[in-house]
Amino acid sequence: MTAPASGSDAIVVGAGIVGAACAAALSRDGWRVTVLDRTFAASGTTSVGMGHIVVMDDSPEQLALTAYSARLWRDLRPRLGKRSEYDACGTLWIAENAEQLAALDAKRATYASGGVRAEVIDAAALREAEPGLRLDLLGALLVPDDAVIYPPGATLDLLDLARERGAIVRDGADVRDIVDHGVVVGTERLGADVVINAAGAAAPALTPGLPIVPRKGHLAITDRYPQLCRHQIVELGYLTSAHAMTSESVAFNVQPRSTGQVLIGSSRELVGWDASLNRALLQQMLKRAADLMPALRDTSITRVWTGFRPATPDKLPLIGAWEQTAGLWVAGGHEGLGITLSLATAELLADQIAGRESVVDPAPFSPMRVLSQGRVEAHR
Amino acid sequence: MKGRRIDIIVNGKPMSVLSGATVAAALLNEAVYRFRESVVGESRGPVCGMGICYECRVTINDVPQQRACLSVVEHGMRIETGAPVAK
Repeated sequence: MTAPASGSDAIVVGAGIVGAACAAALSRDGWRVTVLDRTFAASGTTSVGMGHIVVMDDSPEQLALTAYSARLWRDLRPRLGKRSEYDACGTLWIAENAEQLAALDAKRATYASGGVRAEVIDAAALREAEPGLRLDLLGALLVPDDAVIYPPGATLDLLDLARERGAIVRDGADVRDIVDHGVVVGTERLGADVVINAAGAAAPALTPGLPIVPRKGHLAITDRYPQLCRHQIVELGYLTSAHAMTSESVAFNVQPRSTGQVLIGSSRELVGWDASLNRALLQQMLKRAADLMPALRDTSITRVWTGFRPATPDKLPLIGAWEQTAGLWVAGGHEGLGITLSLATAELLADQIAGRESVVDPAPFSPMRVLSQGRVEAHR
Repeated sequence: MKGRRIDIIVNGKPMSVLSGATVAAALLNEAVYRFRESVVGESRGPVCGMGICYECRVTINDVPQQRACLSVVEHGMRIETGAPVAK
């Protein structure tokens, strides 16, 4: 175990939710942490996503990591302020046809194997839980411990936690380069024992070779309609949309916000950094939402926007040492799960830096898999 | 038709207002200034009067988030002001 020598420096590049979580964990471990962000905290992908804390089972590795991170969020809850808007609303995975209904029980068993509570509910119970949904839905898997948060608020809470432990957060610090044991900000070179690249979708610009691409998504938010939506609701086919690296797809995902607003997603496309609205895809996304949740048809939408998920080809995040650069560690590539996975990512990284064993095996998330495989192949 | 008085119900209370008026005008004439509540509970009321600012939203006949300045009063109309309520 390598406890940091007194006054050992760690630099975290990026003050999104992942960087903030890393800063909180490393400062707790005794590191003197400086967080650098090119604009300001929570100004990138963190501010444009949905904010779910959701357990997903696209792969055993993903299940283990999301379940662990969801537990960490529950433990952290008492330390979070009102601005984090933590709401343990649970997730409903809804079944539209007999095939999906039959799949619910297997999904429940998978969750149970990961230590996650889940319950199959029938059509009548679903109607009672969410009266705004289409009446012919067949049932759902309820994951009661899933939650929704407001990611920028949670990021600020995590940064405050880091500051209480001595961390410094610098806005407007545009890191140009990451070098052996340090970073270059403008013309200034800052040295550190440990550097964390938590720059989100921009991470490969600082660490060439990281297989992270921006995967664009659209979101829409309604005016305030309290109780119109009470859980996070996801269609069972969501993972199909998320998993395939196809050019364009939509999947139904809605979320209640503390204001009574409803956040409507989701879309996925690979178009580089083009942030403009894809009106046809947006229409497809909203039609899907109105189809599964007819109550949304009478609502007014106050805003639509786009954002970029940091996606990897094998659908697993990159957490661990980047051996090409001395002292460099990577925390990124979470695609749509950065909010959920921020806390587990920080713990896995802090454990590896300290030489401790982790609760979840970190090996599958090592960024070095990129080099050992030549390139990262799509999972399955 | 204009100038005739019709009956509407505002927050459960009957009111007699001029027909042909917008809901916004009718409410202001009856000294109702608090049309809705912001997220942090502040009072909000009409600003632009022409459908642009969305500050005058009220619930009309159980349909929430309707712009009072673009809606014309009708006999028997039920209007709720204040925070949006669960349906």
